[in-house]
Amino acid sequence: MASRITIKDYLFESRLFMQRSIQALAFAALLVSVLVGRLVYLQVLAHEHYITLSDDNRIKILSLPPNRGLIFDRNGVILADNLPSYRLEITPEQVHEDMDAVVDRLAGLIRIRDVDRRRFDRLRKRTPAFKPVPLRFHLSDEEVARFAVDRHRFPGVEIVAGLSRHYPHGPLASHALGYVGRLDERDLQRVDASNYSGTTHIGKVGIERTYEDRLHGTVGFRQVETNAEGRVLRTLIRTPPIPGDNLYLTLDIELQNAAEQAFGDRAGAAVAIDPDTGEVLAFVSMPTYDPNLFVNGIDTATYSALRDNDRQPLFNRALRGQYPPGSTLKPFVALGGLEQGITSTHAHTFCPGYYQLPGKDRKYRDWKRSGHGTVDLTSAIAQSCDVYFYDLALSMGIDRLHDFLSQFGFGARTGLDISGELPGLMPSREWKRATRDLPWFPGETLITGIGQGFVLATPVQLASATATLAKFGHRVKPHIVVSTQAYDDPDLSPVEVETVIDIPIEDRHNWEAVIHAMREVVHGRRGTARRIGIGAGYEIAGKTGTAQVFGLKEEEKYDAEKLVRKLHDHSLFVAFAPIDKPRIAVAVIVEHGGSGSAVAAPIARTILDQYLSKPAS
Amino acid sequence: MSTLLDSGREDASRRDWQHLLHIDAVLLFGLLATSAFGLMVLYSAGGQEQSILVRQLVRLGIAFGAMAVVAQLRPQWLQRWTPWLYGLGILLLVAVLVMGDVGKGAQRWLDFGFVRFQPSEMMKLAVPMMVAWYLADKRLPPTGSRLLVAGALIVVPVVLIARQPDLGTSLLIGSSGFFVLFLAGLSWRLLGGLALLAAAGAPILWHFMHDYQRQRVITFLNPEQDPLGTGYHIIQSKIAIGSGGLFGKGWLNGTQAHLEFLPERSTDFIFAVLGEEFGLLGILVLLTLYTFIIVRSLHIATQAQDTYSRLLAGSLAMTFFIYIIVNTGMVTGLLPVVGLPLPLISYGGTSMVTLMTGFGILMSIHTHRKLLPT
Repeated sequence: MASRITIKDYLFESRLFMQRSIQALAFAALLVSVLVGRLVYLQVLAHEHYITLSDDNRIKILSLPPNRGLIFDRNGVILADNLPSYRLEITPEQVHEDMDAVVDRLAGLIRIRDVDRRRFDRLRKRTPAFKPVPLRFHLSDEEVARFAVDRHRFPGVEIVAGLSRHYPHGPLASHALGYVGRLDERDLQRVDASNYSGTTHIGKVGIERTYEDRLHGTVGFRQVETNAEGRVLRTLIRTPPIPGDNLYLTLDIELQNAAEQAFGDRAGAAVAIDPDTGEVLAFVSMPTYDPNLFVNGIDTATYSALRDNDRQPLFNRALRGQYPPGSTLKPFVALGGLEQGITSTHAHTFCPGYYQLPGKDRKYRDWKRSGHGTVDLTSAIAQSCDVYFYDLALSMGIDRLHDFLSQFGFGARTGLDISGELPGLMPSREWKRATRDLPWFPGETLITGIGQGFVLATPVQLASATATLAKFGHRVKPHIVVSTQAYDDPDLSPVEVETVIDIPIEDRHNWEAVIHAMREVVHGRRGTARRIGIGAGYEIAGKTGTAQVFGLKEEEKYDAEKLVRKLHDHSLFVAFAPIDKPRIAVAVIVEHGGSGSAVAAPIARTILDQYLSKPAS
Repeated sequence: MSTLLDSGREDASRRDWQHLLHIDAVLLFGLLATSAFGLMVLYSAGGQEQSILVRQLVRLGIAFGAMAVVAQLRPQWLQRWTPWLYGLGILLLVAVLVMGDVGKGAQRWLDFGFVRFQPSEMMKLAVPMMVAWYLADKRLPPTGSRLLVAGALIVVPVVLIARQPDLGTSLLIGSSGFFVLFLAGLSWRLLGGLALLAAAGAPILWHFMHDYQRQRVITFLNPEQDPLGTGYHIIQSKIAIGSGGLFGKGWLNGTQAHLEFLPERSTDFIFAVLGEEFGLLGILVLLTLYTFIIVRSLHIATQAQDTYSRLLAGSLAMTFFIYIIVNTGMVTGLLPVVGLPLPLISYGGTSMVTLMTGFGILMSIHTHRKLLPT
């Protein structure tokens, strides 16, 4: 290498280096001051902001779902409670071998179906590894015991106790109680979602649904410190949940049971009401179903079987079954005739077995082809003469008929505190014009007078109307929850009795006459229900009814036509007892039971007997 | 061997223990104090696990040992072997690219069976040494063809390492070589031209970047865009530092760190733990310690007796600074995320040994002094 370029000026280079070192240091100082400026911004100026973010990071709110309120009958018998239930959970993080092998070994101890496995695998994919994933719900005591012995072989597998809704009486009164089911998106739209964070179940139908806000309670919270993976490290603040209120029902489970038993395997409904208070003493819709099936998700096969069953066990007939009331409407029509001065207790009508509108050919038949001969109000009710009521209805006209019967609640929801009630139908000129765009024909007035044609009533309505009649027009709103009880309060808060209307009375004798006629139905020599009067230790006022099943209206969702026994008429019976001091009013409908006297009346007698055998409270 | 080990040609008056052991006490104090501070932060960041502390202590021991050993080597000896070291480094880098193990999606390691070796670590020292060696007997400031040669000596390893890809290390090596040139008096006009060239070359660089590198740049520009993905690191570390405030949450009390919100908290992001637990005050203490080390190192450089030693020492000092500013800039969200540890504080081995070897060279330069006429 040439040497001329190696001539170096050491002093110059040394000075140059010193200069450059200082420049480098200055450059470093500049960058450090930028860094310090940044730190001052982060740690001093924006400190509050980052402190908040840091707290948000670590503090999480966990909700503590409240315990659902219990449901008791009027005597304190529990109808819906919360049972400890055991579920098996696996924390994948703590399992140090093949998960399938662990589940296989578990299957040797407890029953694990393919469904359980599939759900477990699905959940596991969505859950962080440190969080437990449920494998089985509702372990039996035996399974819990078996697992407990072997639990050392299963690290990461645990049995967890929780509360699960349980209906100890199974299908008994299930149409009144309803059931809870797993909370879904639709449910969340009708409740305060924040109060339901952590809640897994919600009332789906029946009382469980109507009183959801009372039964549910208030959610509690736990403020916890978590790490980035969401694992809870410690609890900072705890606000305990407030359990839901307990409910006491007006039902008497023994009476309810007797009533359901009385139906045997027939389909139908029965509602019994205390006329003084409107308390529902029995609420029967047959057949029933076991609400426990729905609590933790009913499997598809069982559900389809229930849904597609010809006898429609899921259909709440007492609340939503709209039936032609048939002859059970006659006492109300008769009372209307008397109160409006259209007829009197002394007036007579000749019944040849049919009725013809003036100038028309069509014959409106009496159920008794040979006719009842000359009848007055009492015998017309006692023997259920149709011709008498054709004549009376025609004289009243549909307008007065509609107005009078509406006072008893026909055609309107009674307001019973079970969700889903249907209003029935009390037809009027306006109604027909509005819905059918047709004028009202006199023939339709005739058949309305005997509870056929357009007129429809639910069993709840019939029972309420009968109770109103028994109380001389004092109509109270029927209710099934008699009192509520806060979780920390030994005292019950009674639900107030609501008077709907006091029907104006023209003449008390008219009411007495109708009630007398209804007494004759049961206790009279020729009464249609005289068979149930035999051996009764009290006096019953009743009325049989046989509703013809034909020409079902489109408003009637329950399509009875599809039923195999569709050609049989519905059998109805309404009654109250004792006559001098009514304690119970009842309406019974047996679908396709034939005549009212044969099938419905004996069921009513069973209910009356059961209830009246106990002294008044 | 007389050139390797110390011979008796030194100033007799400076024969105190520092020169006997070839240790600079002032620099050693700065390094030990910083390491001790680092151990304290690491104990907290590592979840108060003694095993982590022990392992870090062992590494520090090895690193300080390497420093002490290298300090015994005479600068002249180092200078003589510089081209061989550099040549070997380039060969190994090529070898890594050709047959290197795939680790963490990047080829950085050479597996010799008994030990895994990262040639890029070696180049952190070999590159500034080589540039200093090349310039040592040339007239300064470097210009023309000599500048081009020096530039090539830097660019070749930088590109090889960037191809691995290891952006952080290649940046570090590039700047170590650059600082040699800068300290050698690279003209400001050329510097400005280079800066312009870099700005113009950015889109081309973007074209050659890996997806994850591009993602880092995007994330840096807008971390909130992907708060749970790559932006998570920066967001969480800013929260940690910001929530620390002036005085911090206290040692072992950093919620961001202990509740595991902060990723890489004992390695690349340990600065955030410091900021959270000790606040701005703690950070200023560390920055003061670092400044102490850098100023002392630059002082050693200005006292060096030949061009090679001077340029190498100055470059080592400034590279140490680049380490610090890149890491802290990344953790505070000023710079994009590049994987560089915080020197002497972060948990980790290889880079610490390299770093301390560099300080060993500085000590060697400072303690092997010839008598010069003044």
